[in-house]
Amino acid sequence: MNNLDLREYITSILANGHRIDGRKLEEYRNPIEIKTGISKNAEGSASARIGETEVIAGIKIGVGTPFADSPDEGVLMVGVELLPLSSPEFESGPPGEQATELARVVDRGIRESKMIDMKKLCIRKGELVWMIFLDIYTINDDGNLIDACALAALAALKESVLPVLKDDKVVFGEFTKTKLPLTRIPVTCTLYKIDSYFLVDPSTKEEKVCDARISICMTENDNICAVQKGGSKGIKIEELDKAINIAKEKTKELRSILNNSSVK
Amino acid sequence: MVQAKKTEKAERSDGRKLNEMRKMEAKVGIIKRADGSAMFKIGTTVALAAVYGPRELFPGFMQNPEKGILRCNYDMLSFSVTERKRPGPSRRSVEISLVTKNALGSAINLDQFPNTVVDVFIMIVQADAGTRCAGITAASMALADAGIPMRDLVSAVSVGRINGKIVIDLDKEEEDYDGTTDIPCAFMSRNNEITLLQLDGDISAEELKQAVELGKEGCKQISEIQKKALKERYKEIKNE
Repeated sequence: MNNLDLREYITSILANGHRIDGRKLEEYRNPIEIKTGISKNAEGSASARIGETEVIAGIKIGVGTPFADSPDEGVLMVGVELLPLSSPEFESGPPGEQATELARVVDRGIRESKMIDMKKLCIRKGELVWMIFLDIYTINDDGNLIDACALAALAALKESVLPVLKDDKVVFGEFTKTKLPLTRIPVTCTLYKIDSYFLVDPSTKEEKVCDARISICMTENDNICAVQKGGSKGIKIEELDKAINIAKEKTKELRSILNNSSVK
Repeated sequence: MVQAKKTEKAERSDGRKLNEMRKMEAKVGIIKRADGSAMFKIGTTVALAAVYGPRELFPGFMQNPEKGILRCNYDMLSFSVTERKRPGPSRRSVEISLVTKNALGSAINLDQFPNTVVDVFIMIVQADAGTRCAGITAASMALADAGIPMRDLVSAVSVGRINGKIVIDLDKEEEDYDGTTDIPCAFMSRNNEITLLQLDGDISAEELKQAVELGKEGCKQISEIQKKALKERYKEIKNE
């Protein structure tokens, strides 16, 4: 089926509230699985699975000098690698625009919500701070990588611990019991628009034919701390309201899955 | 009278009202070698944009036999900011180039130009916040100047919340203020379609809606300035 036929088919059944895999428009694939502690050498790690989509996130923590404009704050760096092993469409080489956008959307949610108390990651002002490297890798891309990456990142951060520090150097492989100083949990939900319909958690097929998407990152009190509109078409101003309302519901759902998965 | 002015001043650091944009200037046809070009200035932020194409796309495997493709490249001059920006692409500029492509792509139609590319180059000459929006606004005029079929002009402005107040067109001082929420947005004013929307900060859903409404109104004004600049350009061509 070429993309035009596929689009026609997908929109024709969307009109009746159906999707190609039998889900409702605002229904995530089931189950959403989050596993933590998947890599023992990482300070924190987690995998997130939404349907067949699978990503893993890992955290390494080091020390370094802070940025000049924030001498008393730790440093966070987020990277996403779209591994060629996870999709026929990904190629080797430096991160392209999709990977860069994805990393920056995940980064923005964490940074802008002030999820990590960066001030508590200061060891000596202007000299030494903790540096958090959050790297996310795709294992299987079956759509909705943004939500999956954001979810895996949260799970990894939640279970992450600081390494042992000796003479201002990290002792590799030795961990303390001190968790990262987290204040709140920002959850991201991405809405995909096909014609006038909004759906969540698209498969690769649905993703291919969608007109636009909008990622909304929400905190516990339904405040919005990051938004990114993607895709080549626009959205109407009234549609934004609708998107926010769906995101409110769905981030609650994802949040409870995240909370239940980390009871260990 | 004096009293009134004082309260207005208290609202924003540079004396603007909450819904007041900085002084704007637009000029079309500034780069002669380009097929289309424009400059847009808002406050002290200055963006240049040039359009080349539709022209044949190489390498050939990137060509689309059904329609032309749009490529956007946003960058800042190394001396456009207070601390020197290292030349060459950064993660930030890669992302902005992508969202710019999406913001402009909704407006143009390249069905008549299979296998070709339209290249948009945006350079920020002077940066004082709102550079991606200024770039999009300039590029949209440059596309029109190049004669690319368009549904509407795209106009962009940043809105946000500072100290609990919803404001339009944040300057650098406001953008850097602790607790500011920054929301760059772009509109096609004819049908109020949002083609760029990003947010970072912390804001309620109600405030976001308010901010986007404010952005919509601002973009309407920008759209008029763009149209005027394009008409000026055609007067020039007539006289040449």
